[in-house]
Amino acid sequence: MDKIAVSSQGRSLDDQVDPRFGRAAYFIVVDPDTMSFEVLDNGDSRAMAQGAGIQAAEIVADSGAKVVLSGFVGPKAFQALSAAGIKIGQGVDGVTVREAVERYKSGQVSPASRPTKPGHWS
Amino acid sequence: MIVAVASGKGGTGKTTVAASLTKVWAGPVQAVDMDVEEPNLHLFLKPELTGRETARLPVPLADQAKCTACRACAEICQFKAITVLAGYVMTFPDMCHGCGGCTAVCPEGAITEDYRELGEVLWGRSGEIDFLMGRLRIGEAMSPPLMRAVWQRVDRIGDVIVDAPPGVSCPAIAAVWPADVILLVSEPTPFGFHDLKLARAAFAPLDKPMGVVVNRAGLGDEALYEYCRETDLPILLEIPFDRRIAEAYAQGLVIAEARPEYRQGFLDLAGRVRDLAGRVRDLAAAPLLEARHA
Repeated sequence: MDKIAVSSQGRSLDDQVDPRFGRAAYFIVVDPDTMSFEVLDNGDSRAMAQGAGIQAAEIVADSGAKVVLSGFVGPKAFQALSAAGIKIGQGVDGVTVREAVERYKSGQVSPASRPTKPGHWS
Repeated sequence: MIVAVASGKGGTGKTTVAASLTKVWAGPVQAVDMDVEEPNLHLFLKPELTGRETARLPVPLADQAKCTACRACAEICQFKAITVLAGYVMTFPDMCHGCGGCTAVCPEGAITEDYRELGEVLWGRSGEIDFLMGRLRIGEAMSPPLMRAVWQRVDRIGDVIVDAPPGVSCPAIAAVWPADVILLVSEPTPFGFHDLKLARAAFAPLDKPMGVVVNRAGLGDEALYEYCRETDLPILLEIPFDRRIAEAYAQGLVIAEARPEYRQGFLDLAGRVRDLAGRVRDLAAAPLLEARHA
């Protein structure tokens, strides 16, 4: 099964999902078969005045993940992730990273076909 | 001389001051509305517009067929307006600041220039006053590129009075950058005082003379006055909190004309602004200061 990048407020599987994609604190890249994971720091993207979503998409694409789980993915990040062939599961919020992955594995998160939130400038 | 009428807090009376100062200014003067996100100086000066041009910014247009995904463009762009993901070059033209860096560094010649419309530059005359303004395109996120297009149209034959946008971020800096003197319009309320300090701190590195116009004097408290006294920030004019001023403003009238009792105050302000600019020129001639600026 493809690796899954989950936006996270902390560095472990038991931290809460960060509802924001571009300005998430971390991405936890999980191998859903073994539940082994890698932590990616998204601090540089968070500090950007603009383009955080695009940079976050680059980080996720470079990690080799093929699925993103997050609360909201903005339009530019959505476009970038889609171009990189990454599936996007949105509306994942109020759960831990581990629970988010379990939900995805059991088919409870269906990849979205369009962004759920307009950009900050729209 | 270029005089920028600025403020930290919005709604303190920049346009009120800029319009009146322009009307009483001696000699040729150009009024420039640099608050391109929400220009309103024209509502008071009521110029007859004689010209307009559309301002544009170059943005990248990438040719996927020529791209080798080397990422040179992605690395030079500080604004994520162009990137390479999974071997595909992608552009986000509305993030672009128009520096041309990506086009310059692309070794394959895969990037050509397209344009993003920024808005309009408009000009004309209001009696003896030359008038110039910018109006940002609805949906455009950046105002400094349009402001630079407005600056290119500024006529330096006479003096220039700039109605700046509020705040202390890039648009405010872009409006005061070329000025010789900065007027900070504030009000003696806690908000007005707080944002006056922000504005002064933001503009201080530009090393320009600054003076304060206290609008709605009589409101609030003494904190702003004490601060100005203790830190040698001159108060050049106080405009009382007067319902008749608000009524004139609401009718689109210029206070110095509609309320003759305030005309002298603006004449005095014009004199003090010239003094402030002149004093700095004298000081700049001193060898000590020249050394400091070298």
